[in-house]
Amino acid sequence: MNSPSTEFTRRMAIYEQFNQISRLGDVFNCGDSPNTGSSAIVEVDVGLENKAGYISCDQVEPSRSDQETNKPDDKTQRRLAQNREAARKSRIRKKAYVQELESSRLKLAQLEQELERTRQQGIYISSASDSGYFGLSGTVNPGISAFELEYGHWVEVQDKQTCELRNALQAHTTDIELQILVESGLNHYCNLFRIKAEAAKADVFYLNSGLWRTSAERFFHWIGGFRPSELLNVVMSHIEPLTDQQQLEVCHLRQSAQQAEDALSQGIDKLQHNLAQNVASDFSWGNYRAQMAVATDVLEALEGFVNQADHLREQTLLQMVRVLTTHQAARALLALGEYFHRLRALSSLWAAHPR
Amino acid sequence: MHYQVDSWGYYMPARSMGSDPMERVAKLASESAVVIFSLSSCCMCHAVKRLFCGLGVNPTVYELDQDPRGKDMETALMRLLGNSQAVPVVFIGGKLIGAMDRVMASHINGTLVPLLKEAGALWL
Repeated sequence: MNSPSTEFTRRMAIYEQFNQISRLGDVFNCGDSPNTGSSAIVEVDVGLENKAGYISCDQVEPSRSDQETNKPDDKTQRRLAQNREAARKSRIRKKAYVQELESSRLKLAQLEQELERTRQQGIYISSASDSGYFGLSGTVNPGISAFELEYGHWVEVQDKQTCELRNALQAHTTDIELQILVESGLNHYCNLFRIKAEAAKADVFYLNSGLWRTSAERFFHWIGGFRPSELLNVVMSHIEPLTDQQQLEVCHLRQSAQQAEDALSQGIDKLQHNLAQNVASDFSWGNYRAQMAVATDVLEALEGFVNQADHLREQTLLQMVRVLTTHQAARALLALGEYFHRLRALSSLWAAHPR
Repeated sequence: MHYQVDSWGYYMPARSMGSDPMERVAKLASESAVVIFSLSSCCMCHAVKRLFCGLGVNPTVYELDQDPRGKDMETALMRLLGNSQAVPVVFIGGKLIGAMDRVMASHINGTLVPLLKEAGALWL
């Protein structure tokens, strides 16, 4: 009952729709996102269903066909125009959607690349601290990886010991028990200096820069760690009251720690000055051999300073405990442990609150 | 007999030119209250010099790289300290104190200043 022309145009409309689907199918197939492809096709299917419904409706109701044969152009034209319009809009929507998908794909690829890169260097990143070490060469330094692990463990034990000291002091335990805690506390610091010495052999610049410490600790950084003179300032209010003799000895200790610190600082300054001169001068910089000589000299010298700085820290701690009574020493170590714990906590706060 | 003049202006008999460098070290060490053996390029030596100057001490410094027999003395000091680093080395009142770590340890535990006073390098 339908005229061949209408039948033809109807078929054309369906053909056009199929064409769209196959074209879109190509777009999605060349990519690697099958899910999105099928969802798009589903959408088109829905569209097609409507069109099919519309078309079949026509075929089911023969009464309409009389009107159509009377005014074939009007209704057919309108239908075709609506079809075209709907198809056009559908195409535009599809295009926008595809573009969105493409840009998301790019972003995903970028993120995956970044993740792979950080995973390679990520052995340096300790979960406890908010700092990470990204070597310029991107290669793994096993000495430093080992150090990071050991240091993480060291911090855990340190916090545990600080708690033990607090509990012991609150419970008013005997001096003998406090002495044991003080001894193990000092030993623990000595352990730290020992693992740092090993790490200095692996990469002294890493150690000197303090990347292995949290940001708040790094704020006070001095040659690979905390300032020995800082020690006494931290514990001062916790060890009082002091006898006259103790006052004198603490005063001397503070003074000599400061003097030793200054001497080492000046030594490091001289090292920097020498290196700068070498690098700036054509004569000293010269050939590869000369450069290697400069490089190894600086490396050795810096290792020496980092070791001396740690040695100074150790000696200051030991002398402090020597000057104090057991109870005072326990309070001092508690204050110290608490202080560094708070600095680490502060660093976490800062890391959690980006501006 | 031949007499040679070395850089410190001492006249020494030629046959003792090959004298023990350790002897020389001991000799030089006993001649001043505070003696530091150093290398002009060494930054740790610079640090130890600054430490003593900061205490108000005026140490006598021997730069081994500027001494014709410096190399031998370096070797002797290395053997003495049992160390790969010959310098800095500090003598107070002719007695060996040691390298940087010994000096710092003795300053922190309060034994350095009395030694300096005893040697007459420091007055109250």
